[in-house]
Amino acid sequence: MTQLIWNGLFVGSFYALVAIGYSMVYGIIKLLNFAHGDVYMLGSFTGFLLLGSVSGLLGTWSLPVLLLVLLLSMLFTGTIGVIIEKVAYRPLRSSPRLAVLITAVGMSFVLEYGIRQIFGPSPRVFPVRLAGDPIFFLDARITLPQIVLMVIAAALMYFLQRYVMKSREGRAMRSIALDTQASLLMGVNVNKVISRTFFIGSALAGAAGVMAGAYYGSIDFLMGFIIGLKAFTAAVIGGIGNLYGAMLGGLVLGLLESFGTNWLGGQWRDVFAFACLIAFLSFKPTGLLGERVSERM
Amino acid sequence: MAKLVIDNVDLFYHRVQALRGLTLEVNEGEIVALLGNNGAGKTSTLSMLSGLYRPKSGTVTWGDRDLTTMQPWDIVEAKLLHVPEGRRIFSTMTVHENLQLGGYLVDDQKLVDERIERAYELMPRLRERRNQEGGTLSGGEQQMAAIGRALVGGPKLLLLDEPSMGLAPLIVKQVMEIIKEVQAQGTTVLLVEQNARAALRIADRGYVIESGTVTMEGAASDLRTNSKVIDAYLGA
Ligand SMILES: Nc1ncnc2c1ncn2[C@@H]1O[C@H](COP(=O)(O)OP(=O)(O)OP(=O)(O)O)[C@@H](O)[C@H]1O
Ligand SMILES: [Mg+2]
Repeated sequence: MTQLIWNGLFVGSFYALVAIGYSMVYGIIKLLNFAHGDVYMLGSFTGFLLLGSVSGLLGTWSLPVLLLVLLLSMLFTGTIGVIIEKVAYRPLRSSPRLAVLITAVGMSFVLEYGIRQIFGPSPRVFPVRLAGDPIFFLDARITLPQIVLMVIAAALMYFLQRYVMKSREGRAMRSIALDTQASLLMGVNVNKVISRTFFIGSALAGAAGVMAGAYYGSIDFLMGFIIGLKAFTAAVIGGIGNLYGAMLGGLVLGLLESFGTNWLGGQWRDVFAFACLIAFLSFKPTGLLGERVSERM
Repeated sequence: MAKLVIDNVDLFYHRVQALRGLTLEVNEGEIVALLGNNGAGKTSTLSMLSGLYRPKSGTVTWGDRDLTTMQPWDIVEAKLLHVPEGRRIFSTMTVHENLQLGGYLVDDQKLVDERIERAYELMPRLRERRNQEGGTLSGGEQQMAAIGRALVGGPKLLLLDEPSMGLAPLIVKQVMEIIKEVQAQGTTVLLVEQNARAALRIADRGYVIESGTVTMEGAASDLRTNSKVIDAYLGA
């Protein structure tokens, strides 16, 4: 039981990190950014390249090196997110939503098959594998790397929450989600804030990508597809557009999956997750925290 | 002296023309009332001044600035602030956060706090409600919050779009007094109103526009006694 909860929370924190970007972007420009999962994949491959180039340092220095690589990968995927918005989405900002949606799908293919072109179709083995001796806590088998990754994820979400809820730029972000024109009248440079939102969301997805690579050990160019859908599911469960909703939705989805697969078997994992998505879309489309329709961040 | 000059402006929304050769001026330190019926082009005038829409022809200058080429955020940075029609308070943010957003472009955080404090002094109701969500305020309180929010930006020129809309007569009077006080503290005001009586009471000068064109202008005291204005806008 505790094992199931722990596993659920662990996987859920990855989902949450990716869901945040999905949800923030939706909140601010009402776009379902289907390329978001591929930014996570890009994070994995960035981490893969960076770690490969410092492989001599691995071993004793694994953890600090991994943290540095995590940071650099976040900067990189964040920048890519900003570029994606600028070249693909910004020119279409006043176009019909469907046009932007299709562009997002196209962007997703560009990233996936671009990476396939460079790294090939077969999975790559991540240079660092965070494995470790398990410790037992209330009967749950927990490894040190799991704890480290959870702590990183929690720290990232904590700082994001401070930023969005307490800082001047965070307020501007929320104001755009509520009323773009009124925030223009406050002097908010909407373009800048949208760029920043893409940077943050993509950096967090990149972080999750590196962490997933280090944890699961193998990466491939299509790995972002499923996680993108899962993050979307998590965002919907929590209430899309809502920051706390994305975090909560990620954890809830992790737990649902963990318990669901325990009852139904591992092969039902994704089916179960998407059944949850459909259930939420039909019965509670506003999600757990989305009851206030005007709240979008 | 930073004088606002709108000269022969045409403004279109796609094919709909909202302003036709609009020409008007606001001198520094004045309260100028802009009156007109529904659809006359009052809101369009203000939106154009804040850079939300660009005129097709004509010029708009404020001092030596050409407002038609500036981005909305640069216009706010230049201290032209706009209290929009319908208040547009950020509904799920607190009153205090709304006021803080008014100071978004002010880098000096102490100055922002000082101005928020001054807004609270001017409108004590806002201080009582500071932690309440904007969307739960009454109409009059929302109007005050919207004005307060603009004041935190430190306006030299303040545009107000129908601040009396939907307010009880007593509250309208309060709001007009607040506007008068804002002028007394050195801010120029362009006041859009359908409540001509209330607006002309505090304004120095006024313009009446119809279908995007100025049809009457003059000192507020003259407009108040002008029979055409009385018939059309002041009732019997
Ligand atoms: N965003 C828009 N798109 C298309 N047409 C618009 C838009 N905004 C205003 N109009 C049109 O422009 C004209 C002027 O509108 P405007 O809002 O400036 O009038 P107003 O004087 O503020 O009226 P009210 O007193 O009702 O607020 C109207 O005919 C209106 O239908
Ligand atoms: Mg109007």
